[in-house]
Amino acid sequence: MEVPILKQGDVLIATFQAALSDADLNHLRRGLVQEVVKYRSRGVIVDVTAMDVMDSFASRTLREIAHMIRLRGADTVIVGIQPEVAFAMVQLGLTLEGVSTALDLEEGLAYLIQKFKSVD
Amino acid sequence: MAKRESSAKDLGTGNNQAVALTRSEDQSELLRELVAHLRQNRNQLREEWVGRISETRLLTAMTKEEIFAEATSVYDSYVEALETETFEALQAYARNLSERIIPRGVETHEVVGIVLLLRDVLARSLFAKYQTDFKKLNRILDAYEPAANRIANTVAVGFVQERERVIRQQQEAIRELSTPVLQVRERLLILPIIGVIDPQRARQLTEQLLRGIRTNRAKVVVIDITGVAAMDVTVANHLVQTVEASRLLGATVIVTGLSPEIAQTLVTIGVDLGKMNTVGDLQGGIEQAERLLGYKVVTLAEPR
Repeated sequence: MEVPILKQGDVLIATFQAALSDADLNHLRRGLVQEVVKYRSRGVIVDVTAMDVMDSFASRTLREIAHMIRLRGADTVIVGIQPEVAFAMVQLGLTLEGVSTALDLEEGLAYLIQKFKSVD
Repeated sequence: MAKRESSAKDLGTGNNQAVALTRSEDQSELLRELVAHLRQNRNQLREEWVGRISETRLLTAMTKEEIFAEATSVYDSYVEALETETFEALQAYARNLSERIIPRGVETHEVVGIVLLLRDVLARSLFAKYQTDFKKLNRILDAYEPAANRIANTVAVGFVQERERVIRQQQEAIRELSTPVLQVRERLLILPIIGVIDPQRARQLTEQLLRGIRTNRAKVVVIDITGVAAMDVTVANHLVQTVEASRLLGATVIVTGLSPEIAQTLVTIGVDLGKMNTVGDLQGGIEQAERLLGYKVVTLAEPR
């Protein structure tokens, strides 16, 4: 199941609809990294609200996405991590270091807009 | 051959039974005599006992009159237990007594001490009474000692059980003290933690906090642990994990009021201090949180 990538002004939004296979995650990574330059986006939001399990591969891929997008000149925010998922991740040592996080899509957008303003 | 053996056996058991019977009859006879002696000398022995109690500085938490009143009831139930050889009444009395005196700070050694004193006082009076008849004294002590030991045992166990019950009750109460997650400003939560944190409570706290962050849409959380004297490595790790999990939900955590002991624990387990936001006290933590949220507190007028 592929993840749709939506463009909203300066921001790309990828929303997970369900749990993803490793191939889907790789596909998403490729798509996001390409499109962020193609659309000259300044920020990317990855919404994982629908994920009720976050394994080490998913967590590592999210981190890689964030760092690759950083190198491509944009900021990434992961939003919608569920409380139970968050604590399970931390216990497994998957803390998404160096990656911004926000409560939900709204918060993530607010964070990016704030960040754009501070740069402008 | 077989027959003879079996008949010998019958004879043996019959004999044993007879011995046991006469012995217990003899013993209850002796106990009756003993009880009569204790009843007769009730006032004198009781006073001697109370004297010994204050001499050895036991039960200092209680007044002389109280000690005397309790001593009277203990003495009477003691004699009654010797007479009837049933310990339920004494047990109930011991439990009741413990309930009354534990809140006043009476220690286990004092309770055991006074019961043993009574045992000694009574034994002395028996020595004095039967000093001319050594054989009789021996037999009377044979009857008295097991019963007296059992009484001492009963009272001590009753006291300790009552104490344990109180401790269990208090632990329960501490565990049930729910820790509230409070919103002090828009998007700012505080979590004041007081008391001992065991792994179970730590887990409960984390769940509450993470849920609170989501329902209140919090951006900053101040966890105040001024009321926590120390925590072990497991719980300290749990605290660090809670901080990281909160970050994954997009909230910044500020920990305030770390005691020197907890600071030591955190340094020992090697916490990455870059991830931990700590401020000395709760006030400082709230001020820092307000800065993070972009609030500025302005005094509008001098306080009246």
